[in-house]
Formats: sequence, structure tokens, C-alpha cells
Amino acid sequence: MPNFKFRISDWSISVTSPALSPTGLRFENIDKRYGGLFALRRVSLEIAPGECVVLAGRNGSGKTTLLRIASRIVRPTAGKLSFPGASSESAGNGRPGYVAHTTMVYDELTAEENLVLFAKLQDVEQPAVRAEELLHEVGLYERRNSPVRTFSRGMRQRIAIARALIHRPSVLLFDEPATGLDPTGISWLAKTLGEVNRSGCTVVMSLHGESEISALASRAVQLDAGSVVADTKSGASLRSILTFGGC
Amino acid sequence: MAKRIVLGFVAILLVIAAGYASFFVAPTERTMGDIQRIFYFHVGSAWAGMDAFFVCFLANLLYVWKRKPTYDFLGVSCAEVGLVLTTVVLITGPIWAHPVWGIWWTWDARLTSTFVLWLLYVSYLLLRSLIEEPERRALLSALFGIFAFIDVPLVFFSIRWWRTQHPSPVIMGGSGSGLDPTMSKVFFFNVLAMHVFAAFLIVERYVVEKMKHEVDLLQREAEAL
Amino acid sequence: MSLLSNTATLLGKELRTEFRSRELLTTTVVFILVVLILFSFAINPTSEESREFGPGLLWLAILFAASLMLQPCFLREQANDTLSSLRLAVSDPFSIFLAKLIANTLFLLLTEVLMLPLFAAFYNIPVLPQLHYLLLVLFLGSLGVSIAGTALSAISAQARMRELLLPLLLLPLLTPVLVVSATVSVSLLDREPVVQWKGIGFLAVFDLIFLTALWLFGEYLLEE
Repeated sequence: MPNFKFRISDWSISVTSPALSPTGLRFENIDKRYGGLFALRRVSLEIAPGECVVLAGRNGSGKTTLLRIASRIVRPTAGKLSFPGASSESAGNGRPGYVAHTTMVYDELTAEENLVLFAKLQDVEQPAVRAEELLHEVGLYERRNSPVRTFSRGMRQRIAIARALIHRPSVLLFDEPATGLDPTGISWLAKTLGEVNRSGCTVVMSLHGESEISALASRAVQLDAGSVVADTKSGASLRSILTFGGC
Repeated sequence: MAKRIVLGFVAILLVIAAGYASFFVAPTERTMGDIQRIFYFHVGSAWAGMDAFFVCFLANLLYVWKRKPTYDFLGVSCAEVGLVLTTVVLITGPIWAHPVWGIWWTWDARLTSTFVLWLLYVSYLLLRSLIEEPERRALLSALFGIFAFIDVPLVFFSIRWWRTQHPSPVIMGGSGSGLDPTMSKVFFFNVLAMHVFAAFLIVERYVVEKMKHEVDLLQREAEAL
Repeated sequence: MSLLSNTATLLGKELRTEFRSRELLTTTVVFILVVLILFSFAINPTSEESREFGPGLLWLAILFAASLMLQPCFLREQANDTLSSLRLAVSDPFSIFLAKLIANTLFLLLTEVLMLPLFAAFYNIPVLPQLHYLLLVLFLGSLGVSIAGTALSAISAQARMRELLLPLLLLPLLTPVLVVSATVSVSLLDREPVVQWKGIGFLAVFDLIFLTALWLFGEYLLEE
């Protein structure tokens, strides 16, 4: 039975610390059921701190659900999720950063207002400064005062990433990062994700097929119909997972 | 299964016996005559209905806490049975009022509150019909059920206070106040009968809901393949 | 405390969003206006009757307007799934509700205050003498409407036919608020005004009870 105290807030505490505390992910027998259909069935997976993992699989294999459970947005029907290595001082960055298909920011607010909002909510020190920092990093500084609804697809991707990274997370979860991006966008994303991973952040991303981005991964896991069917850690080949798993 | 049949038998026997008692055992009321006999059925249903809603409330709380589908089945069964009994109260009230006062409805405090109660649980069932996914439906309707039940005492209080500002004829008088001993016995017998009957209906409805749920699960699995 | 600071931050966001577009405020004001006018066409009150019916109609108009105004509350968080990002960011999900219910109460109060002079004119009821008590009743009543409305809006946003569903869930639940607020208001605006402290106390109790219920169960309303 799910833990009664399953709350996103449970393991994030008030003190902030700029230091990244390397954090892994542990899924233990995770089930997610939607009215009789198992989106995830007894998924057990251990991801070490600092790994860069690709989740591959057809549409509907459960990648998005697994990521949403890892982000704590969705509550599993059964099983346990933990974050080995998360220290109690890692407060704001104890929460994973999560980038989904939607931007998860407010269209009517400007890029800067959105980032400051999410920084303040997560008790980031000097929220305005941090927001500016991130705007520079993702290349949106010139458009910081434009409402997000005026942004192009690529810019939306970038504001979403900025939002996810605002609190210096130790874990970044990314659902199909390359969708809708042109080759320049994909290169930029690969570079950014590489930097994020090198700074110690554990990265888990779901992908279709091979690309500059999948090349960053040190490990790949394939899901099919809600279960783990292949893992490079246990000898499967990265290429076979990525190509067989992708559509 | 055997227990269910026994319960059904006992329930129906009790209701028939209670009806007989209401018509032939209880003395005729002095001022209002035979129409007053509906009082036994009316109040019996009201109390049984309220208790059904209370059990629904407990089931709702348990579901939010434990997330076992059985609490969801219990909740909806109690809500539906409670609603049926409340409908009976709302119909028998005017049936009683009309011969006595010549009007169908007087916005009497208790009847008005009962009407709001009725609306709340109609909304509960309506909400359920508008959510497809079973776990979502169970959780959200349980939460609404909790809010609705918390509201019930507030509804009764506020309407009673409102009526003190604008007095009107009180249907049924004070229930059980100053009743003749035989009438008292018939009254409580009716209350018992209605409760047992409600329990029987709830059990049957629960079984149906459980089967519906299993069929639904099988259907979804079949569609997925 | 994080709950308070999160609530303040989110409240700032709610207010900023609304004052930029003012869509909720303008539509709510116009709606109450239209309803009040339509009531007077349907009922055609003389001056004496106005005092008895007027306040009740005002509260009815407020309730109807609120049940429309509260719909976007959680619906607008569905557009870009910002509800998820909020849930991820805040330390206590109750802050999301607190911010929204405070904002909704403020919006309702603002529209009521704007409507008050018009109401006084249409129904020929002087509101100035008892203004402070009237504002108290408006505040407590609107708070109750907001608390229940914000909670139920979170529920209806997840169901079908949500535009019809919210009023259907909300209006029966708010019967106590309507009944008591209207009665207290009628007493206040009577030729010989009486302050019904019992009624005012009741409204405060209603608000407290539902606020507590929302605090206890709020996070389950947002669960996925």
C-alpha cells in the first residue's frame, strides 16, 4: 500500500545550501495502476548519483509515468521511491528538477517573473539574481520581459529548463527533451545537459532513438508495457535499446 | 450469500410488520386523525437515511486514508440508499402536510434542511458520474462527500435559525415528543425496521458495485490488448 | 515560515495575473449587475418590499457570480500543467489553496464594494448607516464562498462538464452562507437596523470549519 505520508514536501527542508549533494534514485517495486491498467508493473531500478540515464521504449511503455513518479507529482499505487544521498541540508536542491512536454510556467507572466516566482517558492537565495543568471545561461536574457506566450517552441523548451534548474537540483528528470527542436536546438540541449551532468547532477531522460543527446548517456534502460525489459548495466547494448525501443 | 438472503427476509418481514403496526396497532392520533400514521414511516426513513449518510462519511474518510476500493463501494451504496430514503421523507412530508394544512410545502426547518441534504447527495452522485477513471472518481467523490457531510450540521443550524426569524407551520411537530407509550413502541419499531431495510439495500448495492467494478476492470484490460 | 512566504509569493502571482488582464473582475462585476437588473424586472419591488427582498437578491447574485468566477481558479493551472510545477516547488500544498482563496475573497469583495452603490440605488436601500457591519457580513460571507469554492473548483476541474458541475456542487454546499448572510443583511438594512451577532458568529464558524477541512484534505484534492 502506498505510504500515507507520501508528500512532495516530505523531504525538502528549509535551509538552503548552494553545494550540490550527489543524489541517486531508487525505485522499489513501483506499481502504477489506472483503473485496472498497469502503467507500471513492479519496476525496480537503482540509479547511482551522477549517472546519466536514458529511458527508452515505445509510446505507452511507461516512461512518462515513471518520470512523473520520480518527480513526486504522481503517487505510485504501490512501491517505494527514495533518493539515496540526498542530505537534509540539500533543501531546495533535494527536489528533482523536472522538464515535461509542457513548459509548466505561466504564459501571462514574463520569463523573468516566472523564474523569480519559482526561485522564491523554493527558498532560493537571492531569487532575482539567480533568475538573471539562469536567463543568461539559457540565452533568454534579451527576452526576459516578454510574456512566455510569445515564445517559440525552442524558447519554451529553454524557459522550462531554466525553471527546472532554478533551485540547483541534484537530480534532473527530462521527458523527451528533443521533441520539436531543430538541430541547433538539439546541439545546444546536448551541450547544456552535458554540463549539468558534469557538475554532479544525476540526469534521467526519456528518449526515442539515437541523437547527440543519447550520446551523453552512460546507461540506458528500456521499458515495455510498464516493465523494465533491458538495461545496459546488465549487459544489453546501448544501441539496441535505443533503436529497438524507439518506435 | 446465505447471510444476504436471511438479511433480506428479515428486512422485508420487519418492514411489513412495521407497516402493520403503524396502521393497526398504533392508536389514532387525536387532532390529525389517520394521516398522522405516516409519521412513523417518515421519521423512520429520515433517521435511517441520516445514518446511511453518516456511514457514507466514514467510508469516505476510510477511503482517503486507506485507498481500498471496498470503501468506495460502501460509500456510493450508502449515498444512494440514503438518497432514496431522503426522497421518501421529502414525499411523505407533503403528503402529511396537505390534508392537515391544505398546503404542500411550508419551508419548515427540518424539511428544508432535508431538501438541501438531498441536493448535496444528488451532487455527490452526479460528480461520480462525471469522472471516468475509477481511482480518481473514488478519491474526488470521497473528498466531496467529506465536505458535504461536514456541511450537514451547518445546514440544519442555519435553516433552523433562519426559521426563527420567519416562523411557519412545523410539519410533524417534535418527533417523539410526548408520544403515547404504544405510539412510542410503534415508532421505535419503525425506526428499527427502516434501519434493517436500509442495511439490506446497502449490502445488495455494494455487491452490485463490486461486480460492476470487476467487469469494468476486465473491459479495460480487454481494450488495452 | 515557509507556508506564509509561499502563500505570499503565490498570492502576489494570483493578483498580478488578474490585474494584468482584469478579465475575472470585469466579467464578475458585469454579471452581478445584469443579475440585479434582471431580478428587478422579474420581481418589480416597491420601496418597502425592496428592503426585505433586496439583500437576499444581492447575496443570490453574489453566489451565482462566484460560482462562475471560481471556475478558472484551477482550470487555468491546467493549460501548461503549472499545477504540477507549483506542487513541486512549494513546501506545503496548502499554500496553493490559501493564496487562491485569499485572492478569490479579495476579488469578490472588490466586486461587491463596486456593486454596493448601484445596489443601493436600484433597490432604494440606504447602505451607508450600517456600512461597517455590512462590510463585515460581506467579508465573512465572501470568505466562506471562497473557501468552499476554491476547494470545489479543484474537484470540478478534474471532471467532465466542469462549467455546470461547479455551481451544482457549490450552491447546495453554500446554503448556510446564503441563508445567514441574507438574513443578517436584511436585519441590518431594515428601517430599524439590528445587528444579528449570532448570524455573524455563525459565518465565522462556517469559515473556520471549512478552512480547517481544506487544510486537512487539500493535498489529496491535488493528488495525481
